[in-house]
Amino acid sequence: MKYYRSHVLVCQDPDCVHRGSKEILAALNSELQAQGLSGEVQVLETSRIGDCDQGPEIMVYPEGAHYGNLTADDVPYIVEEHLLKGRIAQKFLLKEDTFIDEELRAPSAKEIRVVLRNCGKIDPENIEDYIAEDGYMALAKVLTEMNPDEVIDTISKSGLRGRGGAGFPTAKKWGMVKSKTDPVKFITCNADEGDPGAFMNRRVLEGDPHSVIEGMIIGAFAIGASYGYIYCRAEYPIAVKMLNIGIQQARALGLLGENIMGTGFSFDMEVRMGAGAFVCGEETALIASIEGKRGEPRPRPPFPADKGLWGHPTNNNNVETYANVPQIILKGADWFSSMGTEKSKGTKTFALASDVKNTGLIEVPLGITLRELVYEVGGGIKGDKQFKAAQIGGPAGGMLSKDHLDLKVDYESLVGAGAMMGSGGLVIMDEDTCMVDMARFFMDFIQDESCGKCTPCRVGTRRMLEILTRICEGKGQDGDIETLEMLCDQVRSTSLCGLGQGAPNPVASTLKLFREEYLAHIYEKRCPAKVCRGLISFNILDGPCTGCTVCARNCPVNAITGERKQTHVIDPDLCIRCGICKQVCNFDAVVIN
Amino acid sequence: MPVETKETQAAVQAVKMAIEKYGPNREELIPILNHINQDIGYLPQESLDEISVLLKVPKSQLISVASFYQMLSTKKRGKHVIKFCESAPCHVVGGREIIQTLKNELNLVTCGTTSDEKWTLEMTSCLGVCAVGPVFMVDDDIYGNVTTEQVPQILSRYS
Repeated sequence: MKYYRSHVLVCQDPDCVHRGSKEILAALNSELQAQGLSGEVQVLETSRIGDCDQGPEIMVYPEGAHYGNLTADDVPYIVEEHLLKGRIAQKFLLKEDTFIDEELRAPSAKEIRVVLRNCGKIDPENIEDYIAEDGYMALAKVLTEMNPDEVIDTISKSGLRGRGGAGFPTAKKWGMVKSKTDPVKFITCNADEGDPGAFMNRRVLEGDPHSVIEGMIIGAFAIGASYGYIYCRAEYPIAVKMLNIGIQQARALGLLGENIMGTGFSFDMEVRMGAGAFVCGEETALIASIEGKRGEPRPRPPFPADKGLWGHPTNNNNVETYANVPQIILKGADWFSSMGTEKSKGTKTFALASDVKNTGLIEVPLGITLRELVYEVGGGIKGDKQFKAAQIGGPAGGMLSKDHLDLKVDYESLVGAGAMMGSGGLVIMDEDTCMVDMARFFMDFIQDESCGKCTPCRVGTRRMLEILTRICEGKGQDGDIETLEMLCDQVRSTSLCGLGQGAPNPVASTLKLFREEYLAHIYEKRCPAKVCRGLISFNILDGPCTGCTVCARNCPVNAITGERKQTHVIDPDLCIRCGICKQVCNFDAVVIN
Repeated sequence: MPVETKETQAAVQAVKMAIEKYGPNREELIPILNHINQDIGYLPQESLDEISVLLKVPKSQLISVASFYQMLSTKKRGKHVIKFCESAPCHVVGGREIIQTLKNELNLVTCGTTSDEKWTLEMTSCLGVCAVGPVFMVDDDIYGNVTTEQVPQILSRYS
């Protein structure tokens, strides 16, 4: 193993990339080369150092100096001062008083890093970094000290439940596959994270791929599988790359393949890429897609535990579920079950998105309240507006309103409130969001992604979308709500797979929690949140308008007229209500009525 | 006998390369199709014909798979492909205005390819970078926190 005296971590989060971190990376490499330091200083790509809003940011170890707000021109100075002369470049230092441990700790007190513990800390392309953080220790323990029953028993005691959404006990699933007598068994990992607004698994796959690989090998040992597939969506090319590098490196060290660690246990795996189909996250569709077919679900039973890939027993878990396994084995079931609530143990990663101040990835113990999630971890609502709703569990999940702020986020409580855990997408919405529009939006997504195999889902979602679209256009009719409720009920009870069964959830939960908004749309032809285009009109206020002509020049349909330095006027007949004028106005003169 | 054009040759060559990489197995069909789709930009009829022969799979089955997945295209696409994220987090933070601006800039009413075949506008499912929405991709470049003013400027970077 090669040793370096310094390590420079360059944040490559989308936020930082957007601010120019790719240029920083290139400048660093060329400057180190020029100064003859390439052999002494290692440059690593990482993510989520913690201050992307001050990006591009880098971290220099062993000092733990955290530099931010950089441009490529600043790089030669930092290289000369810090890496050549050994002086901290004070003028780029983000926080003078921070030291290493605090930086790597989770940013808010409510967060715990279990699944994400290595993300941003290790080099995902180097298996030795993972091994240095106790990587593959759990596998060694399992292969040398435990039998499959003991492994399943440990997982069972820990209370680990499937992190893909439904929360099925992991040990029970493993036990079912283990009990099958078929000599050929498979293990699959669902990395087809398709829920809009969910990117937890992407982070783990990109930042710590070996935790998933190790978890799968342990699972394979427990159930007696000899081959595994990670089904990763094609929208995540970096995740696919990291997994492939990880698998190759594990194979080179004898952690995958024949006779793993000399114990006689053999297992290998590969990555399968999806091709853009949301329904492939459903386990029977996922199996069909790995087999090279249309990713359509089939009726269960038989469950994959009986007949999965090519008719053989198959165990399928989510990325986060596998990533939890090595640590449970190493630290014990009691450690894991000390976190969370009575029935929901451990931590959960969530992707906080939309109208919350601190968007991004978080990991919190299960049982945290929604209020803590939004106001403490998320830092509150942007622009200090009112919290209106949270959408949890992806498009098949449900809405939570402000009455649910003190709800504990765990599997049972969420189902009780008409939502579900899902894989961890958490879209926070402020007072300016129209709930009918949101319901229409999710229905649009679902009907687009419906694979078309069963009628209730294919036709039912289409009919619901048509009604919702009509309501949003201001053409809602008496009886629409009742029809929607009937369709919700029928689609839910008669669809083939989880996609169709969950499809009515956004409509049903908004109807329950925000019924008055539907009533306002249908009977008063009014959109209370001023979002639905058919029910609003744009006007320019006399006072604030300076006649700068920006709106008129940007209007795609030339609906705005007016002389320079005179108040402009929007022609309501020509206006398509695209809202561009409101966005470009520098004087807040465009208002919605 | 169909006329051998440059396109036909490229379509057949792409199939040969993909099959060499993944092996002539039915179960490798999706990786093979993905490979060709990336190589040529879409799946030409000639490629599907060739796969059908080499993998011994009926063409109807090939088309059923190729038309199912969003990322596989059986229609010719433009020189640059714009993938606009249509997911909820991007929608909530102003994605609707961005897609409208994109359509205006490209002179498109709905998604599709421009008449000069320079651009193809597509909606895509979540790209997983929701923290910086609205987001769209042009070819392999990703743009986040996009505002309507930035759209023409971003498009002008591509010739």
